Amino acid sequence: MTWFNREKRPLEATDEERHVVTEGLWIKCIGCKEALWKKDLEGNCQVCPKCGYHYKITAHERLNLLLDAGWQEHDAGMHATDPLEFTATKSYKVSLEQLPKKVGVNEAVITGQGKLDGYPIVCSAMEYNFIGGSMGSVVGEKITRAIERALDTRSAFVAVSCSGGARMQEGALSLMQMAKISAALAKLDKSNLPYISVLTDPTTGGVTASFAMLGDLNLAEPGALIGFAGPRVIEQTIRQKLPEGFQRSEFLLQHGMIDAIVERKELKPFISKSLKFFVG
Amino acid sequence: MEHLSAYEKVQLARHPQRPYFLDYVQHVCTDFVEVHGDRKFADDPAIVCGFGFLDGRAVCLVGHQKGRDTKQKLYRNFGMPKPEGYRKSYRVMKLAEKFRIPILTFIDTPGAYPGIDAEERGQAEAIAFNLREMSQMRVPIIATVTGEGGSGGALAIGVADRVNMLEYSIYSVIAPESCSAILWRDQLHAADAAEALKLTPEDLKKLNLIDEIFPEPEGGAQNDHAGMARSLRAALIRQLGELSKVPLDQLIEGRYSKFRAMGAFGE
Ligand SMILES: [Zn+2]
Repeated sequence: MTWFNREKRPLEATDEERHVVTEGLWIKCIGCKEALWKKDLEGNCQVCPKCGYHYKITAHERLNLLLDAGWQEHDAGMHATDPLEFTATKSYKVSLEQLPKKVGVNEAVITGQGKLDGYPIVCSAMEYNFIGGSMGSVVGEKITRAIERALDTRSAFVAVSCSGGARMQEGALSLMQMAKISAALAKLDKSNLPYISVLTDPTTGGVTASFAMLGDLNLAEPGALIGFAGPRVIEQTIRQKLPEGFQRSEFLLQHGMIDAIVERKELKPFISKSLKFFVG
Repeated sequence: MEHLSAYEKVQLARHPQRPYFLDYVQHVCTDFVEVHGDRKFADDPAIVCGFGFLDGRAVCLVGHQKGRDTKQKLYRNFGMPKPEGYRKSYRVMKLAEKFRIPILTFIDTPGAYPGIDAEERGQAEAIAFNLREMSQMRVPIIATVTGEGGSGGALAIGVADRVNMLEYSIYSVIAPESCSAILWRDQLHAADAAEALKLTPEDLKKLNLIDEIFPEPEGGAQNDHAGMARSLRAALIRQLGELSKVPLDQLIEGRYSKFRAMGAFGE
């Protein structure tokens, strides 16, 4: 019985080995609770090959996934300035100083321009690791500029949402970004340029209640939490437990709020095909 | 009352005796006729829409409506609209646009209703749709926050050529109590949150998010409904006069530029 022999291997792992082990090559899947090799996840766009659970991906990964090679990022240096000098248990200013190094992006959205299967595209993708993908002035400005760039260059616009909503730390400035982006989308709407909104887990609050719900097509990844109010707020208001599957993509599809649920791997071909329908 | 803290101003904005939308309607215009329903699902009593005459001209009036006693509070759902409320407001504003009638909105809500039915019927979509469509409506729009400007549920009837706030109203991305619960992880810091959120008219004016602050009677509008309505009426007539002179294309472009300029960032 060879596995007995293995037990006799030295128990002391070298630092290097231990590092690899603690780094974790395996995770327990949130969806199916089965052991999942991280490499398998990476090779499958961060989607569990067993149960299809969609893990979050970074904004850069998202743009790489959707756009053809060679896309260009815009407004990468734009940053928040703490206009309210907001402090709760932690000062917003300190968070703003630390986050870019920690997360690897300057804000909760990145925007870029390029091609999608050859179609000219302007695209935005939100970065959940940056204050929950919350929308403050920078997110509002970058997405508005992206829409205006789509207008100027006669490109389609694709917005990928992943956000807890408006950013409290910028107060009413954040709130008004909803109106700012929506007004830009009104112009896009009148110009007959396609706007595809992709909602990913989670998309709630002011992001859902503005640009995320305004797509010519609203597409959602499977199982994503999508809503106006967060489930906890609703539970507190109505003082009862929410039904299983409430505010998930499948629930929204059933209630007529989204056009289709599209698996991550199929997103690019789906959008490409839609553009073929819309612009030829 | 310069000594009031931000949270005291929040309390005043929520004062149970403050004039509500229908109180203003009575004093601001004549011959008011309410129109009901979104033509899709229901009539939402938390938003009231209708037409009246202001200084001899037809105007469209849209406002959140709170209830005074328990029965009315429940009937008005505490001024928290459901999707059908926003969809009704859109329908009526489109009607106003069709007949070239200027629109006056009155904002006073804790926020859009967070409930199962509201989510099922697309609360987020209803708000988003209003934001987009109001930005292009080809009639003058004046929005006035008369009490609580509660987040997206307030803004959904607040995309306008002039955005005003009454002296003791507030306009906020989140209720200070909820902000306290999230950022301080308890309910005890609502006053700190109110301070931090910069939600008073003076704050919003400083941030270039509103146009004018309308003064209130001594101690607040709750002390003199008629007096408050009179001065509000005069201000609305003045602003309507200004906006009516602006060519429509310029009006729409001005509305766009106004919201386009909102935000503070570095690059
Ligand atoms: Zn799984």
